[in-house]
Amino acid sequence: MEIKISPVNEGEWMESDVSAMGTDDAVRPEIKDALFQIDSLSFWYRESQALHDISMDIPSRQITAYIGPSGCGKSTLLRCFNRLNDLIDEVRIEGDIRFEGASILDPSVEVNSLRKRIGMVFQKSNPFPKSIYENVAYGCRIHGIRRKRDLDEIVERGLRGAALWDEVKDRLDESALGLSGGQQQRLCIARALSVEPDVILLDEPCSALDPVATAKIEELMQELKKRYTLIIVTHNMQQASRVSDFTAFLYHGRLIEYAETKTLFIRPRKKQTEDYITGRFG
Amino acid sequence: MNLGRDDRTRRSERVGESLTWLCGGALAFNLLMIVAVIGFIGYRGLDYFWQGRVALCRLEDGRRLLGEISGREERPPTPGKTLEMTGRLQLRVGNRDVTGAGFVWIDDDQIAEISYPEDALLLERLEWGHFYGRAVELRRGDEVLARGPDEVWRAFGPLHEEKVARREAIERLERGEIGDINFEIERLRLAGKRLARRDLSPDERALQEAAIAHETKEREAQYQVLADRLFEERESLAEEQLVMETADGERNAIAVGEIVRAVRPNAMSLLDRAGLYLGRVREFVWDDPRESNTEGGIFPAIFGTVLMVFIMSIAVVPLGVLAALYLREYAKQGVLVRTVRIAVNNLAGVPSIVFGVFGLGFFVYLVGGSIDRLFYPDALPTPTYGTGGILWASLTLALLTVPVVIVATEEGLAAVPRGTREGSLALGATKFETIRRVVLPAAAPGILTGMILAMARAAGEVAPLMIVGMVKLAPTLPLDHHFPFVHLERKFMHLGFHIYDVGFQSPNVEATTPLVFATALLLVLVVTLMNVAAIVVRNRLRRKYASSAI
Repeated sequence: MEIKISPVNEGEWMESDVSAMGTDDAVRPEIKDALFQIDSLSFWYRESQALHDISMDIPSRQITAYIGPSGCGKSTLLRCFNRLNDLIDEVRIEGDIRFEGASILDPSVEVNSLRKRIGMVFQKSNPFPKSIYENVAYGCRIHGIRRKRDLDEIVERGLRGAALWDEVKDRLDESALGLSGGQQQRLCIARALSVEPDVILLDEPCSALDPVATAKIEELMQELKKRYTLIIVTHNMQQASRVSDFTAFLYHGRLIEYAETKTLFIRPRKKQTEDYITGRFG
Repeated sequence: MNLGRDDRTRRSERVGESLTWLCGGALAFNLLMIVAVIGFIGYRGLDYFWQGRVALCRLEDGRRLLGEISGREERPPTPGKTLEMTGRLQLRVGNRDVTGAGFVWIDDDQIAEISYPEDALLLERLEWGHFYGRAVELRRGDEVLARGPDEVWRAFGPLHEEKVARREAIERLERGEIGDINFEIERLRLAGKRLARRDLSPDERALQEAAIAHETKEREAQYQVLADRLFEERESLAEEQLVMETADGERNAIAVGEIVRAVRPNAMSLLDRAGLYLGRVREFVWDDPRESNTEGGIFPAIFGTVLMVFIMSIAVVPLGVLAALYLREYAKQGVLVRTVRIAVNNLAGVPSIVFGVFGLGFFVYLVGGSIDRLFYPDALPTPTYGTGGILWASLTLALLTVPVVIVATEEGLAAVPRGTREGSLALGATKFETIRRVVLPAAAPGILTGMILAMARAAGEVAPLMIVGMVKLAPTLPLDHHFPFVHLERKFMHLGFHIYDVGFQSPNVEATTPLVFATALLLVLVVTLMNVAAIVVRNRLRRKYASSAI
């Protein structure tokens, strides 16, 4: 397929058109089996608005990717799902996110139970300065599991789930910080899996990894998708096109286009999307 | 294009090079000073235990002096009188009970002859310090056991060993059984006073009073028996006497039981001297002081210093860590927190004596006084906690060093990456769980650094302690076998104060100057040991919780 290259200069619409863009223009697919429903979500850091009126449904047991240039609000949106933005002072949020039909932004929501069901893997691998075993066992320990036999089982299951077991099974007591970057990131995935969440949020999980480690994690994601709902933020468009089922393009805090990945990358309906995926800017 | 170095680069390189030399020089100078101080203290301190030869000086005027050469002073030529450099020798002649002065200075030109007689005998005594002389006789009452230096020396050894064993038995008796009985009698006295304040029926009161009186009487009887035995034992120490002759021919009888150690320095081999050296070091480290701290050991001071630093650490670490946790993790960062932080840092610059005065007013009088009124009313007006003691001294030092711990802990907490905290929170951990299980362990090396700095500061602090419980001589250690074993209200001895006291408050300055160095060396060693222990722990933690390189 030939991609038509538009002669329009990016600057021309970036400044003028973006503020005029309404979310209602956004292209959205039909999602039948929605796990998350985002409803006119807006987000402010102090006075600056990071997210503008975002509405979208996220399907269960699929991989949904957010793409967009740096600072477009993808990470902010991702951190709304497990309310990690609560840690920052002076933020304001409007609209709603429903998880299995219930609002998660409601102040009465038990944040710790929510975070137990919605795990997260960060951009920089952040294993705790503890042994490999303790890293994976940590989540279950704080949720009250103490028996060694149970923990052993959880650790093994988590590490197997993250395809790390064979590499570390003989050195579970060694410091997690001695692992390579890719192994550390898979350890973080194992840690997220250990508390048996329903959803795993991945915030640019491969941005600090080499191609081999990246390939391993992408392979793993295909495996995980059978049992978990995955939401990934990436600024690597190839990665989004390789791994995800649905892709959403965010720009300046607005949802521009949201579609099945194939559709979005082959036949983008919006001009900004096309410009972005063809590498005109971003 | 010209790629050669231009003038500016060359000039800047020259400046840079000289700056490097300056920095290196400053470092070298600092190191040199540290090495010099430690070396000087080490040399003078270790020299204290070494036994030199004993010199017999015959003077021009016919006087004879026996003692150790302990110093020498050069004097420039006096115009019109002498042309050459002259000097004088300092001689440690001991025998303070005979001559009055332990040291004499002799001008070089007065000395006719110096010899080192084999039979010169040095006695270290419980009282009056060293005695230098020749042995004449060993006698029990009027009976002469041995006569002549060599015969006496042979007979003295076994006899002395027996007396030393007996003296140790007496000490055990005093500290052990007699101490226990005194403790019991004091307890009964307090029980009696408590009874007087209680609201009881006359019959009941009479009954209890009788019981206490009966028991007191029993104890006093036991005490009398022991006291008699003690008296007898003491008598037996003085049974045998060693008759000594000074260099001047004056005779002096010394009870064998009074002698700590007798040596013939001029007849000793190098090996003997080394053995004597180790024996003296052991005595210095493990024994109690004698003769108002100028002789004997300094064990109570070592013990007091270590225990005080230990208690201080127990107090300061939780206090500082909790305060730092609040400042860094819970408080909303703003003007107020910044002000508090500056105030905490400035607290570290307050002169330590101010903390001492505060400790006296707050801990000793207010807190201690209240404790006495509430829990020890029977002992009043004798204060229990309402006077200086090791607990109040430790807490005063804890206040003094808490800024150090707060600052170090805050730095440790700040060094824990945000990602690590978020990783824990994202698993559903609460903030408290995150702090307890992830942040604090990761900050532990920083906390220990704070503790090391606090310990080093506390171990060297003397001024504030002088008014909150440190004493020149404490009769008992703050730790013993009487319930509750740790007596935090007791006064204690401290190496730092010991140095000051021995070096500057002693009437016998010449004799105690080497002791100052030995004590200073020991203080440095104790502080170093404690720090090394803490550093080992910290490094182990660092390996365990090595902060990730992210």
